[in-house]
Formats: sequence, C-alpha cells, structure tokens
Amino acid sequence: MAGPVAIAHAVTKRFAPGGPAALDGVSIEIEPGRMTGLVGPDGAGKTTLIRLLTGLLDPDAGTVEVMGKAAAEADRAVIGYMPQRFGLYEDLSVIENLSLYADLRGLDAGERDARFRRLLDFTDLERFRTRLAGKLSGGMKQKLGLACAMVKAPALLVLDEPGVGVDPVSRRELWAMVRELAGEGIGVLWSTAYLDEAEKCDTVFLLSEGRLLHAGPPADLTGQVEGRVFRMATGAEGRRLLLARALNRDDVTDGTIQGASLRLVMKPGIAPPAPDALGAPASSQVAPAVPRFEDAFVDILGGGPPGTSALAAAYRAVPERQEPAILAERLTKRFGDFTAADDISFAIPRGQIFGLLGPNGAGKSTTFKMLCGLLTPTSGNGRVAGHDLRTARADARQSLGYMAQKFSLYGDLSVRQNLNFFSGVYGLTGRAQRQAIERVVEVFRLGDYLPVNSGSMPLGFKQRLALACAVMHQPPVLFLDEPTSGVDPIVRREFWTHINGLVEKGVTVLVTTHFMDEAEYCDRIALIYRAQQIAIGTPDALKAQAATEAGLHDLTLEDAFIALIEASDRKREAA
Amino acid sequence: MSQAFSAQRFRAMLVKETLQILRDPSTLLIAFVLPLILLFLFGYGVSLDTTRIRVGLALQDMSAPAQSLATAYERSRWFEVTGRRDVEGLKPELVAGRIRGIIVIPADFGRRLAGTGEPAAIQVITDGSLPNTAGFVAAYAEGVRASWAAGQAEERGARPQPPITLLQRFWFNPELASRFFLIPGSIAIVMTMVGTLLTALVVAREWERGTMEAIMATPIGMAEFLATKVIPYFILGLGSMTLCTLVAIFAFGVPFRGSPLALLAIATAFLMPALGQGLLISAATKNQFVASQVALLSAFLPAMLLSGFLFEIASMPKIIQAITYLVPARYVIPPLQTVFVVGDLWDLFLRNIAVMLGFGALFFLLAIRATRRRIA
Amino acid sequence: MWGRLRAIIVKEIWAILRDPRARLILVVPPLIQLFVLGFASTLEVKNIDVGVYNRDDGAWSREFVQRLAGSPNIRRIVRIDHPAALREAIDDQRVIAAVVLDQRFSADVAARRPAVIQAIFDGRRSNAAQIVSGYLERIAGELGAEIAPQAARPRSQSAVVHWFNPNLDYLWFTMPALVVIISTLAGLGVTALSVARERELGTFDQLMVSPLRVQEILVGKMVPPILVGLFNGSLYLLLIPTVFGVPLTGSIPLFYLALFFYLLALVGIGMFVSSLAKTQQQAFLGAFLVTVPATLLSGYATPVDNMPAWLQVLAEANPPKHFLIVSEGVFLKAMPAAEVAANTWPLAVIALGTLTASALLFRARME
Repeated sequence: MAGPVAIAHAVTKRFAPGGPAALDGVSIEIEPGRMTGLVGPDGAGKTTLIRLLTGLLDPDAGTVEVMGKAAAEADRAVIGYMPQRFGLYEDLSVIENLSLYADLRGLDAGERDARFRRLLDFTDLERFRTRLAGKLSGGMKQKLGLACAMVKAPALLVLDEPGVGVDPVSRRELWAMVRELAGEGIGVLWSTAYLDEAEKCDTVFLLSEGRLLHAGPPADLTGQVEGRVFRMATGAEGRRLLLARALNRDDVTDGTIQGASLRLVMKPGIAPPAPDALGAPASSQVAPAVPRFEDAFVDILGGGPPGTSALAAAYRAVPERQEPAILAERLTKRFGDFTAADDISFAIPRGQIFGLLGPNGAGKSTTFKMLCGLLTPTSGNGRVAGHDLRTARADARQSLGYMAQKFSLYGDLSVRQNLNFFSGVYGLTGRAQRQAIERVVEVFRLGDYLPVNSGSMPLGFKQRLALACAVMHQPPVLFLDEPTSGVDPIVRREFWTHINGLVEKGVTVLVTTHFMDEAEYCDRIALIYRAQQIAIGTPDALKAQAATEAGLHDLTLEDAFIALIEASDRKREAA
Repeated sequence: MSQAFSAQRFRAMLVKETLQILRDPSTLLIAFVLPLILLFLFGYGVSLDTTRIRVGLALQDMSAPAQSLATAYERSRWFEVTGRRDVEGLKPELVAGRIRGIIVIPADFGRRLAGTGEPAAIQVITDGSLPNTAGFVAAYAEGVRASWAAGQAEERGARPQPPITLLQRFWFNPELASRFFLIPGSIAIVMTMVGTLLTALVVAREWERGTMEAIMATPIGMAEFLATKVIPYFILGLGSMTLCTLVAIFAFGVPFRGSPLALLAIATAFLMPALGQGLLISAATKNQFVASQVALLSAFLPAMLLSGFLFEIASMPKIIQAITYLVPARYVIPPLQTVFVVGDLWDLFLRNIAVMLGFGALFFLLAIRATRRRIA
Repeated sequence: MWGRLRAIIVKEIWAILRDPRARLILVVPPLIQLFVLGFASTLEVKNIDVGVYNRDDGAWSREFVQRLAGSPNIRRIVRIDHPAALREAIDDQRVIAAVVLDQRFSADVAARRPAVIQAIFDGRRSNAAQIVSGYLERIAGELGAEIAPQAARPRSQSAVVHWFNPNLDYLWFTMPALVVIISTLAGLGVTALSVARERELGTFDQLMVSPLRVQEILVGKMVPPILVGLFNGSLYLLLIPTVFGVPLTGSIPLFYLALFFYLLALVGIGMFVSSLAKTQQQAFLGAFLVTVPATLLSGYATPVDNMPAWLQVLAEANPPKHFLIVSEGVFLKAMPAAEVAANTWPLAVIALGTLTASALLFRARME
C-alpha cells in the first residue's frame, strides 16, 4: 500500500471549553511498514492523540483519518489497539482472551488455528495457554495484550506505553516482535517513555504540552547533540558529588552517572570541563561518547535540572554505624511448593545505593517485600537499620521510607491530606510535622497543588509527592520499588538528584528498577533470576563479568543483564 | 458508529461473559445463595402469622367466674400467660418487651357479672409500640372473653346466638399461610438483585478496569455490546427464578396453580426493566461503588418496600402511592402471586406484562444513549 | 502512638468525606429512606375496596352496607350483581374482599332469627385479608349488638388501652425502627468497603510498611462509620419528634450509649466482611448478603415473637434485634437504664467477638 495508514492533520483537542489544549494543531502520519515512535513528557498529549486515532475521541478541530476514512467511521477491524492497561480480562485465560479478541475482530475460523499457533509461539505463551491473565507476570500480560491487539493482522497497530513496568528482556522481545510485524507492512504507532526504544523507531514524533516539537527520524534529533556528549571516567569514589557539581555548571545541559563514569552533555560549542575543575582526579579520562536520543530529548526540552538537591540540603546527617544499614541473610520465601526467593544474601553499608534487578516474576519483588516487612520470610532473616525484621518489625518500619511502583498514595485525598497522614503515621506531630511538610512542599514545588486531589495531578507531581511522603520523617533507609516507572526523563533526573543528595547525607537506598540507565546510579546491583541471586557487584563489574562470559566487549548494562540471564539459563540446562 | 451485526462477535462476547460469571464466587452467591437464604427466611422465620403471644394476667378478683376466666386465658391457644401479678408488677415487663399485653380482671368483676347494672369489664392493656401485635392482643383477648361468656351462658342453659354471623372464606389460601404470598414476592426481589444489581456492577467494572477502552476499539457496536451483557444475566435471572420456584413448591409447599409458560412470560417481562435499569445505572456512573449504591436505592429498596410485596400499597400516603407506579416490581408482584396460588389469569398477566415491557424498552433506550462509544 | 492514631483517623474521615459524591451518598439516601420508608412501610390496611353482592333489598342489608361504606378503613364499595362478577373482582384484585347478603337477610334480622353474611377474601394477600376480616367482623358485631334485645346483651366486656401509642399509629413504630435499619445499611456498607478499597487501589502495602500497628489501622477504620452512624442517629433523633411527631420519652444519653455499642457491633461485622473480600465488588455483595437477613430478623418487617424458637435463638446474635428494642423503648416507653443495659450488653459481646475475629482475619490476610 502506498499512502500512510493514518493521518492526523492539524488536530486540536480541549477537554474543557476554553481550557488548555491537550493537543494544539498536531499533524502526524503513520506509514505502513514502519515503526513510528510517539514520545514526550507527562501530560504532553500522547494518550489523547492515540484515542483520537482509535476513534475513541473526536477532535475539536482538524481531521483524523485511518485508512482513508475519518477515524470514528473507520473499519475497526483494521485497527489493533493495546491500551495502557492492556485491556485484558483478568479472570479469563490466555487462550480465552485471545479467542475473544479474534472473534471481536472477525478472524476467520479457517485462519484461526494457524494464527493462534503463530502468536502463542511468537509470544512464548504456549505453555501458559490455560493460565488466567490475572495470574501472568507484567511482561507476559504485555505480550498477551499485544497478541490480542494483532490477532487479526491489522493495518494500524497502536501501542500505548507498552513497556511500563516490564523488564528489559521482555521489552526487547516485544520490540523484536512488533518490528517483525511492521516488516509485513503494518503501520505501528509506539508510544513510550523509554527513549532507547524511540531511538530504534523509523520516525519519531515528539510532543510537549500538546505541541509537536520534532517529527522525523530519531537520528535527526540526535544529530543536534552530535559532538557535545562526553564520558568522564572519574572512578566510583565521590561520583555523585562530581555529578552535582557538573550539573550546576551553566555550560552543562545534562549529566548522568554511568557506573564509575559521568556522562555529560555540553552546550553547543563548549568543550567539556577539565576533571579537576569538578574536583575529580586529574587523571580521569574524558572521551567523546556516542550521542543518544535521550540526550537530544532532554536537550530540546531545555536541559536537565541543576545538581543540588534542596531536599538533601535540609536533611539530617544519618550517623555512621558499624553494622550494614540493610542486611539480607539467606532470605527464602515459599508459597506452597513454589519457591519465590531462594537463599538471598547481601549487605548494604550505610550511604550506598543498592539495586535489585531481574525479570518480572523472578523474585526481586518478593525479596524487596521481605526486607520492608510486607512478607515474612519462610527462612533466613533480615535487618533494617539495626532492627531485626522478625523481632522488631515495628522499629524497622519506623526507620524506613517506602515508595511503591504504581502510584499508591491516596488519590482521592488532597496533597495536603496525604502529607498530613504520612507525616502523622511516622510519628511527626506539632511543630516538627508542620516544618517537615513545609520543607517538602517547597522542595517539590507542591504549593499550587495542596488542595488538589493527588490522583488528578500529572504523573510527575504524583511521583514527587510519593517521594515527599517517604522522606518527611528523615528515615535512614529508603525502599524504592520501580520509583520512576513511566515518568519522563526530566522528572527522572530530578528524582535521582534528590536520591544522590540523600545518599551523600548517609541515607541507604534499596531500589528495584527496569530502567538500565537508572541501575547505573547504583553502587552495587544484585541480579535475581528464577528466585536466585545469579550475580552481584558494581555495574561495571557486572558488565565486565558478562563480557567475559559472553565473549563480548563494551556492553551496556542492558546487554549485560541479558547476557547474564542467558548464561544462567545455559548453566541450568547443562546441569 | 454502527457496524453490521456479527454472530461471531456476539457469540464470543456471550462466552466471555458466561465464563466471568462462572468464575466469580460473589456473582453466584447473589444468584443462588441469597435466594435460598431469602426463601428460607420467608419460609420458616419471617412470618406475619402470629403465634402464641406472651401476656401478663393481673387477677384481682378471687370470685369463681374471675378464676374461670383466668383459666380460659391460660388455656387459650393465642396466649402464653406469664404472670398473675398486680398491674404495677407487670408494667416493667411490658416496658422491657417480655410481655406484649396485660389482661386485668378487676376486683369487682364477679360482683358486676352477677348484678344487673354496669357490665363486668376486663381491661386489656397492650404494648402499642408494636401496633400490629397490639391489635392482635386486643382482638384475641376479646375473643377469649366472648367465647368464655358464651360457654358460661350455655352452662346456664341459655343459647344466645349472635344475631349476625359472618361466614368467612379465604379463597386460594384457606390456612392463611403468609409464605403463600411472601415466597412468590421474594422471587421478584431475587430477580431484581440479579437483573439490576449484578448488571450494574459488571458494566461499571469494565469501565473501572480499563477493558471498556479495548472493547470499544474493536468493531463491536454498542447495542450489540449491551445485548451481550444482558443475555447472560437474563439467563442467570431465569435460573435463579427457577431455583426459587422449585424450592418454593417442593420445600415450602407453596401451590403452583398456573402454568410454567405463564410464569416464564411474567419473569421475562420483569427482567426487561430490571436489566435495562442495571445497564442504565452502570452507563451513567461508570464506578462500582456509586453503581452499587444507586442500584440499592433505586431498585432493591423499592422492590422490597414499594412493590406491595410486604406493605399494602393502598395504605400508603397518596404521594408514595404515586411513586409506586414508577417501580417496575409493583407490576410483577400481583401476577407472580396469582400464578402461584390462583392460576392463569391472562387478563391480569397481560396488563402487567405490557407495563413492564414498556419500562424495559424505556430503560434500554436510555442505556444505549448513555453508553456512547467515547471516552469521557 | 497517639500521633499515628490521630493521623489515620483523620485520613479515614477524609477518605469518606472528600468525594462530594460519597458525601451525598452518606447523607441523602438515609434521609430519603426515612421519609419514603417511614410512610411506605406500614402493616396497616387502609383505603381498601370491598365488593358487595347484595341480593336483598331490605332495610337491614342497606344498613349494613352503609356502615361498611362509613368505615374509615374502606375507601370504596364496589357493587356486584352476579356471582361471576364477584369471582372476577377478586381475581383481578379490584377488591380484597366481597360480602354476599342473601335474599333472606333483612327478613331474618327483623324476625330475630340468626342472620348470615358471607365474606370472601383474596387469600393471595392473606395478611391484609385477615385484617380486613377483623374490620368486617367488628361491623357485623356492632350491628348485631344494637339489634339484640337488652336482656340478651352480654354481662361482660373488655376495654382496651394501648400503652405507649394510644392510637396505634404505625408511624410511631416505624420511625424508631428505621433508625436501626438505616444505620445498618449505611454502617455495614461504609465499613465493608474500607479495607477492600485499599487492597484494590494498591494503598494497602503503603499502609503495611508504615509503623502503624494492626489495631491502630482497625481503630482508624472504625471511627468514620461510627461517626457517620452517630451523625445520622442525631439527625433522626431531631427529625423524628419534630417532623413526624413521634414522642421521645426516654433518656437521650442512654440512647447514644446503646447506639454506640450497636455501631461497634456493626462495624465489627463490616470489618470482617471487608478483611475477607478481595475486591470492592465482593465486599459490597458480601455486606449485602449479611444486611438482608440481618434486617429481616431484626423485628422490623415482622415481629421476632412470630419466629420459630430456634430462629429466635439465632436472632440473639443479630445486633439490629437488640438495638430495635432499645430504640422503640427509648422513643415510646421511657425505657429505664436497667432495661437499656440488658439489651446493650449483648451488643457489646457481639462487638467484642466480631472485632476480635476481624483483627485476627486481618492479620492472617496481611501477606
């Protein structure tokens, strides 16, 4: 087919008459056989655009066409749509969900068997045919959602943030699957907060506040930061402080930590700072790095936030201690005859970030939950800030701050009510409580939102509020469960500035994440797979270990993650 | 946008809905366990048929006729006489609710009975806080006295026949068993539950869980979607009704004098407004909590209280009588009671069926209008 | 501990009061229920239509029909002129009862012979029919007594006094009973959804990792339904005497005491259901499943005295049964403290039992 499968032309949409435009004169085209990426910060209008394309909303102005017909009139059988929550019926099995959507989209009985076999094979769900969708892991749900969306080969496949909360292995597999489909002539629209995915698209549309900032191949945008990205091998010691200093400089637009190095994006035409200007060892190597889409994304949106955390500045200094801040001793959890976590041990010294990584359903959440007291270990024990989890659970809880993966504050209470509640349950009263609340309101710029229901804030503010609620009582230990899932890179940077600052004050952090660039911030990482701890070490050590085992070199952390898991699979099969 | 009807889609949605019903224990609980509890309560426990009422007897006269009357009360099948004390001693018992009335045979009872002046009067004090029971106490107390007096007269050889006798016949239910009307009535309640409450919850759930968005993006039409929601619950409602009917007939001995066909027609006609109302509530609220409250308030309570099932509509104030005309359950109670204890009276059936179908059509139209294929 | 407790109590109160829709649901339906149910739920039988098939054109039959028409409970007399029409009128529920006066009626009465009136009732509504039969019985009896010779009049009679409610006004019974029924509906609903809602919305874990103890969480969740119950209770206490004219004879503090323990017992049951449920739907339907029998066994729809003995024993475990006695007692009977206490301690026992059970269940289902 020649022309685009879907066109939005100068589309404007407002949800309240006279209110702000969710989309303002946006035009996009989706070509058959190509991967079209849709990116942008929270509240940019991505989901609104998707709902216009699927005919679930009508535009106020402009036109939306799918296969040459107005979207609302288009033949829905040619549109495959996977909404953010996958649209699965949790109380139906894999095959029942698939059959339902096959019939709804009018798949011929004759094609059915072959199509199902291919999709189940493709998604590796054949083994789970009869399992209820509600019992699948996040990655498997996502694949099933995709299978349902394309059970009858669509002309247009629309995926709304398919990667949120899904591990890198599953995400990579999903990408490969959709790419293959696109190769068959389907037009794919892939909305995402993961910019490494956007980087791989053929065309990317970048939305911000309802307006289109960029349209074209991602390389066009990445090209704008060509020659401005550098890597400074400072060593692990003091790298958080160095990053803060670099980010506070006017000539640095963006910076992140990558293992024992800093990655800096400079303003156009400005050379990177000398290592000793930041206070790094003069011997630190500075080398140009290959620019990435994320660098350009942050750049076009005006650069990352400054490097000093006002939150950390006002935080108490957590006293030095002899024993580790978090200790896991042979933690094991069994549910019936299923072992969810098997013999997990590690110690996290004060003032470090420790990452728990692993595929969905591998046992990292179970380990995490045991350490914050949500699950009682079947055997083994843990200690948090010196408190035994079996005998002094309440004391342990008092000394930790907790932030959960999906927004889990009270969405129907106002921001102020949430702050009052969480400071109150952690024992703050009177003056101390008022001051703690004032402090976080100022740091996180929540002032305007105080009377607003927290559930109706933009995702970025929800995430800030969640962190605020976790730190008001200034705990020595923070538990972060996929803390930045689904939020855009700018908010993510701000979040890590705070965490880095807190760690410098002696706070110890245990974090689970599926963002590999986030894992790079960790001092050490444990990789958990099939309930076991298959690797532990610094990010650079894991990369090196994976490189040796796979016989490759210069791996990204994501490559390392996948290589280590594959190596573990090989060992298990050999045994 | 509407697309041509597709049998394939339709069947698939029906299968899905059926599987979901079968897998949620709370649905089956409402469709099959709650009805059994209701029937059980109405069959055995909750009854308007008065059994023996506890009363206190204050016997203040020791004459032979007074003693004889007291014995008559003690032997009465209506009363359980608990004390023979003075009125003051019995009063706290009445306040506490341990007795429901006090019968006072005053000190001058025997003397007056023998004399020719004022007739001898016993005093009956009832617990007016339970008006219904109080009425029974007054009537039965007088009844016992009257038959005692007749017996006394007979002993004296007089045969004072009451000048006017009321010869009473209760058609359809000679033993006046209240379960004969409570059980058919409770079938209407059960169908309201399944039809309105469950339907309202399940459609609201689709909105809450985000599956509505995925369904709306498929070629299915909205009327088609609503139909696939209705049919399984229609069948569930009929199943629940059948269960109730069988239990009513075989466990509680309620007669079934009409025809199964008539019962089916009545139930079908009633399920239309019930289901339509459920769809309308869910489409308008899109939230399980609110839907459940609205269903409770607009369907369950009216069916229970304004349908004529427990309370006589004619006895209600005018304004509330006017409201009952808007309650679909009002039109199902008479045909249901009739098909059980009277037989097939098609005049009565068809009149009510027509009204119910009218309400059904109205609710469905409103529901289709409210369920637009758009995200709000 | 007090700081934590205060924080969770404040949060729970906001959780039910913040949403305007929820606020509405807590106050408006109870008021509508009070008004609609108050007037609707009456076991009185009034405004009835009675059929008359009068085959006698004598003076006494006319007199009887006139008295029938004059009865305050009878709205209309429907004239019937042949047996088939009588059948039809009953079948079609145009009349609840029909009387047949045969040709000899007036002659019999005039001749002092025993006269007979036939009365046929619609047994479908057996309860109403029974009450109507009482009306007809009384009218026939009164007419009979007047025509009987002085000497044949009975030497004894009974005089009836209705204590606490002299005119047997049904509203006087319904209103205090509705206080119980409506607070049951609202109290169970609010409590049952509270824990299930946290589970479904994903805030449960957040609560569990906080230093809150289980008992603090439970107390926090108990406060709002109790406050809502006390609020509605106060509203009824105010409205019932003023708007509906039902006397409030007893002690208000005693009423509150009993109401408090009643709400505790309810909340215990609601919390148990809530801890058991996985989703809000299950919690709601579970609460419903409890509410229906609890209401039916409370003595509101039909007296507890009428139930078989074994069911009366079961009703002892039903909180509304006890509180209904107190409510009727305090409104109408000026119930003394000892009697209120006698009906309140079972509520305290039920509360203790259900709250302990729900705390145990809550603990067991934490993971």
